[in-house]
Amino acid sequence: MVAQPKLDQGAALLAAYAQPSGAAWMNDARAKARASFAAMGAPHKRDEYWKYTDPSALTAIPTADADLFSTDAPIMFDEIDRVKITFVDGVFDADQSDDLALAGCSIETLADVAATDIHWAKELFGTLEAAGQDPVERPLAALNTALATQGLVIRVTGTCPKPLAIRYVHASETSDALVRHLIKVEKGASLTVLESGAGAARFNSVLEVDVADKGAFHHVRSQGRDHERKTVTHMFARLGTESLFNSFTLTVNGVLTRNEVVLELLGDDTQATVAGACAGDGASFHHDDTVFITHDAVNCESRQVFKKVLRNGATGVFQGKILVQPDAQKTDGYQISQGLLLDDDSNFLAKPELEIYADDVACSHGSTVGAIDEDALFYLGSRGVPHKQAQDMLTLAFLGEALDEIADEALRGEIETRLGAWMERR
Amino acid sequence: MSEMIAKDGVEEETVEAVKSLSGTYKYGFETDIEIEYAPKGINEDIVRLISERNEEPEWMLEWRLAAFERWLQMEEPDWAMVDYPKIDFQDIYYYARPKSMAEEKPKSLDDVDPKLLETYAKLGIPLKEQALLAGVEAPEGERKVAVDAVFDSVSVGTTFQEELKKAGVIFMSISEAVKEHPDLVRKYLGTVVPQSDNYYATLNSAVFSDGSFVYIPEGVKCPMELSTYFRINAENTGQFERTLIVAEKGSHVSYLEGCTAPQRDVAQLHAAVVELVIQEDAEIKYSTVQNWFPGDENGKGGIYNFVTKRADCRGDRAKVMWTQVETGSAVTWKYPSCILRGDDSQGEFYSIAIANNYQQADTGTKMIHLGKNTKSRIVSKGISAGKAQNTYRGLVSMHKKAKDARNYTQCDSLLIGDKCGAHTVPYIEVKNNSARVEHEATTSKVDDEQLFYCRQRGMDEEEAVALVVNGFCKDVLQALPMEFAMEAQALVAISLEGSVG
Repeated sequence: MVAQPKLDQGAALLAAYAQPSGAAWMNDARAKARASFAAMGAPHKRDEYWKYTDPSALTAIPTADADLFSTDAPIMFDEIDRVKITFVDGVFDADQSDDLALAGCSIETLADVAATDIHWAKELFGTLEAAGQDPVERPLAALNTALATQGLVIRVTGTCPKPLAIRYVHASETSDALVRHLIKVEKGASLTVLESGAGAARFNSVLEVDVADKGAFHHVRSQGRDHERKTVTHMFARLGTESLFNSFTLTVNGVLTRNEVVLELLGDDTQATVAGACAGDGASFHHDDTVFITHDAVNCESRQVFKKVLRNGATGVFQGKILVQPDAQKTDGYQISQGLLLDDDSNFLAKPELEIYADDVACSHGSTVGAIDEDALFYLGSRGVPHKQAQDMLTLAFLGEALDEIADEALRGEIETRLGAWMERR
Repeated sequence: MSEMIAKDGVEEETVEAVKSLSGTYKYGFETDIEIEYAPKGINEDIVRLISERNEEPEWMLEWRLAAFERWLQMEEPDWAMVDYPKIDFQDIYYYARPKSMAEEKPKSLDDVDPKLLETYAKLGIPLKEQALLAGVEAPEGERKVAVDAVFDSVSVGTTFQEELKKAGVIFMSISEAVKEHPDLVRKYLGTVVPQSDNYYATLNSAVFSDGSFVYIPEGVKCPMELSTYFRINAENTGQFERTLIVAEKGSHVSYLEGCTAPQRDVAQLHAAVVELVIQEDAEIKYSTVQNWFPGDENGKGGIYNFVTKRADCRGDRAKVMWTQVETGSAVTWKYPSCILRGDDSQGEFYSIAIANNYQQADTGTKMIHLGKNTKSRIVSKGISAGKAQNTYRGLVSMHKKAKDARNYTQCDSLLIGDKCGAHTVPYIEVKNNSARVEHEATTSKVDDEQLFYCRQRGMDEEEAVALVVNGFCKDVLQALPMEFAMEAQALVAISLEGSVG
């Protein structure tokens, strides 16, 4: 039985937004998600899946204001040859975006697609999100399906010549944005998506990614530094035979971040990596990585690498799960979550889970938490490295293992620069 | 028994060991004896009746009734990874005792119904004080084990009481202790596992009928091992025992627990509570070999084992060690926990859980670090075969004040066959940075120095790891009395090869 306050809060949330209308297929999909959300209710901190993260800031009506954050730091990914796409407070801004016509890659806006009667997106929109509701409910993703009107619908048939860089600008202190992207990587195609920026005072984004056989999807994300922003993201991906999936997220600051990744490895010989580095400062900082990887094919490999540096009362959460279905033999599942607590006030909470029904698999998970290694500090000190610098070196080295999961060197360089800047600001 | 197919890399020896352990249930016989039941079902009258049968003081009855009241408002938990038909709590006998124990309580073991004694003899439990462990020739004066034998709802007798008394140790059934040492029982009962703790513990608080009580006074090292042997015999009967062990300052005790039940095709309920209180510098070693009837190869029958076990290290440098070998029960739901309150206190949890056929085990531990410099270690090995599901579920919590606390956790799972499942659900909560928590599932975390030594002597890596791990297990298993150890040591043959997470 769903607790009444959850249902009430869910109903209130649905009432707070206008129900969008579009083509018949789109209306159907939204209505289904709306009904599913209404039945689940809003998430509550008493839910097992929200045990370590209080979702109330994500479900409050209206959302709390978030001050705009100004910085003279260069725009993320500015050095990289890319297709610039900009959303301001969750709304697509054509003026600040490059031309979306690209060889081998079709990019449309969700608003346009939603009004089109016959569109390939019908098969994908809401499908992966709905599949991802079992065995664990993700109500905020269903809410997104029901209400989001903004986003991109991308289909790649070849190798996309440049990365698509989506920048989310936060311009209004009271903005409350729902953004939804659909990405279809066709057989043998390849795509890189970059995301950056805070997006809005409250930002709810969902990505549905369908990677066909031998397709490749790369994703690097840097979540904005706005101190008071609240973010919940979901990425649902379905992976075909011999496909490749690689996603990395960097988070510095922001008051609340919950990043959920739900992967289904459906084809044999698939490789998937989900990684994240997070640097959190201050008692209000709360960062949650929740990952659910299902192995449903033979000889697949999945990696989860999450590193969190926390100080001044910051909280880091990791909930990771590898589910190996009965016939997913020869699975290689790896999961590591590590917390580095720079002081006495910070918290690291982890629930690294394995659920295994096949016998010929190698799954391992590790989770460690602790302070900076005193021996290593002493060693660096004895070599003449000043204390603070030694601490920074060790902290960067700690996060480095997650950064190593980014395949592209230039992108890794960008992320390293951001982290270096975080150290400097201390 | 169903055929076990192991993949390459799992040693034959391992498969054999699991087979021999879970193949035929050796303790499935039934003792034909007249049993006196309380009426079926649970209500306030049953709680009163149990209290009355045990001739309890008023406060004890009040305590039970408060628990019952609370239980009525609680919901059965469903978060564990186990699946069983809904239990009809009104279709169970909550109290059953052999008739011979009813009329006049036997004054000594010599007066006990020979059929009862025979049962324990058949199970290999020596109730005669002169008798030493079956099959073990020990030199005189060594390795005595005092036994409290619990049959359905009542304690049949406790051995070596005189000798223990001389040392100041109190070891008796809890029903006697309520009468003879009411102050002690009242002072500690429910202080570790409160009446309202969880669904099954609350039910137990209302209807527990017997169990063991141990009190080790200050500075005393208990002169012998203490042991309780639980036997469910009556049909459709739930066993609800309660064990309370108090170790005063600087004392030391090793306690063993064994359990078996007849082979029946109707599932039976067992909901026990164990509370350990450990004061400054005291140490309790608590070992369990749980071999309740696991159900037949088609998953029919077996014991539903819902147990709450908790140790409270109240004093500085208190130490507790839980060791469990879980081979029985159709469904196991059990998380022996340690509250490490005192500074420098230590908790250890060693577990080997084997599930075969349709068995389901959801077991693990909680280590709650409150005091400074507290240490805990968790070593759990789960083995699944047939269609069984085996889950490790554990919590390591480092509170803000637990400066320099340490935890090391290792969980290994082994799957034999492709119809079973192995799951790991650890919770890690760290709230101060001087605490160090390591949760590892890889074999490389075995002590590097020991490994290095073995390698240097010419062993290959795998042999070295096996030796170190086996040596480690043996330390634990050798602390068990022989009839337990025989069974448990067979498990040591299980290698880490082919293990996951």
